[in-house]
Amino acid sequence: MAFREGPFGDLKVPLTWTAAVALIVAVVVAVALLLADRRETVQSQAYGVTRQAVDTVAAPVGGWVSAPGRWGGQFVGYVKSYFFVASENRRLKTELAQARQWQDTARKEQDLNDRFRVLLGLKVDPPIPMVSARVVTESRGPFANTRLADAGGDLKVVVGNPVMSENGLIGRVVGVSSHVSRVLLLTDVESKTPVMIDRTNARAILTGDGGPNPKLAYLRGREPVKAGDRIVTSGDGGVIPRGLPVGVAVQGLGGEWRVSLDSDRAPIDYVRILLFSDFSQVAASKSLSAGPMPPVTTEDPQGSIINTTPPAPKPGAPAAPATTATATPTPAVAKPPAAKPAAAGAAKPPLAKPPPAKPAPKPAAATPGDHR
Amino acid sequence: MSLQAARPLNPWRWLGVPLLLCIGATILLSAPIRIFGQQLPEPVFPMAPVFAWALIRPSIIAPFAILAMGLFLDFFWGGPMGLWGLSLLTGYAVVLSGRSMLTGQSRLMMWIWYVGACAVTMLAGFLFIMLDAKSTPNLIAVFWQLLATAILYPFAHRLVDRFEDADVRFR
Repeated sequence: MAFREGPFGDLKVPLTWTAAVALIVAVVVAVALLLADRRETVQSQAYGVTRQAVDTVAAPVGGWVSAPGRWGGQFVGYVKSYFFVASENRRLKTELAQARQWQDTARKEQDLNDRFRVLLGLKVDPPIPMVSARVVTESRGPFANTRLADAGGDLKVVVGNPVMSENGLIGRVVGVSSHVSRVLLLTDVESKTPVMIDRTNARAILTGDGGPNPKLAYLRGREPVKAGDRIVTSGDGGVIPRGLPVGVAVQGLGGEWRVSLDSDRAPIDYVRILLFSDFSQVAASKSLSAGPMPPVTTEDPQGSIINTTPPAPKPGAPAAPATTATATPTPAVAKPPAAKPAAAGAAKPPLAKPPPAKPAPKPAAATPGDHR
Repeated sequence: MSLQAARPLNPWRWLGVPLLLCIGATILLSAPIRIFGQQLPEPVFPMAPVFAWALIRPSIIAPFAILAMGLFLDFFWGGPMGLWGLSLLTGYAVVLSGRSMLTGQSRLMMWIWYVGACAVTMLAGFLFIMLDAKSTPNLIAVFWQLLATAILYPFAHRLVDRFEDADVRFR
């Protein structure tokens, strides 16, 4: 039965007023949703089931929609490589010659670095596993800069994982579904990433604003940055590892410092999601809880709390249990960090004997002056 | 005037179809495609029906349809939930309040009013995101999106032309 044929068929309400009431109700709902939103946090539950469902549906649709563009791009690339093969060959030869010089330098620095690490007993960061993913949709507006990548919880991606292109850092994961991840780009207005200036080690917070060049906020020190300085992640806070390339410092029109992102050098079609968890947790959490607990009795029960002078030990008596109990787990705690240098030393024995004489370094090519 | 003579609009035709078209167009332009190395623009497609719906007639369903489109944009673009719903409703409210003044003007004038409505919507989004993220969005990026949205007026005009006289009570 249609509404107008029912008992309310003759009910007349002023449509303008009811439309205004509907508008107000819709506005109230929108305000409530906006106030409840927490998409930028690293808490996985903040992303919400609805967003996960939308991402799960949007990813295959985006893949189909972008497929013609992808095929077109591959075809254009094929044609270009066919017609420009000679010039590309010349360019690659030049790059190869430069890369060989850098290879010599890198080998020398690597060797020196290994020796220093062993001498200082440095604990190096463990390697970070990563997964590759294809970008299926992107948003480029001033209020949201995100991408959907087709790798999700099935590949152990979690919220907070940093995401890189082949050129540099592009953002971090803010939402994960079973096969899809939502990546918050460095340019998003909610993105705040701890970075440092490679030359001065000065810290800053890379703050996105929806434009192509995010700002360097909270810079400290006298002239901490100048145009052309390399910007890398600082690792502060433990969400993103230290040393990932971010970009180059440039000065904005208003005099503020911004970053020209390395990832902008090429289209971001494929990304690498670093399955990174905080290194401090990786290194110490298990070893700290592995040792035996100290006994409950840690002081002489005859001793008075008021009399702070410890009772004289009886001759021939065994040592106080507290000393032995606490001493036992101490090496267990201290051992794991010390074990790594020892193992490394077994592979390369620089401590036992002086470093072997290296062949004469290659003359000019091995030591370029610029180490940027 | 009886209801039969009023020939009320079918909501599916003037609300449902434009809503679905906007969603389809938004999905189409979200593809990560470069043309001559440049990204595609990102216009706010729902702005065209928002402007047209306010001019065609006051409606109870339209605000909720706008809210639904805004939520879709927030989910699909990964923005703060409720941001585009609130911004579009602000633009809708402005146009609806000036409806009697806007109707019947020339196409050029209507286009200018449409750009004004887009500017109000973007300004609302700018302010809401400032309050939400405690960070100022880039004005140049906002301007580019405004420009990309402003050229969509022909779609709004087509919708107004098609349904403006469909319900004689609101002529």
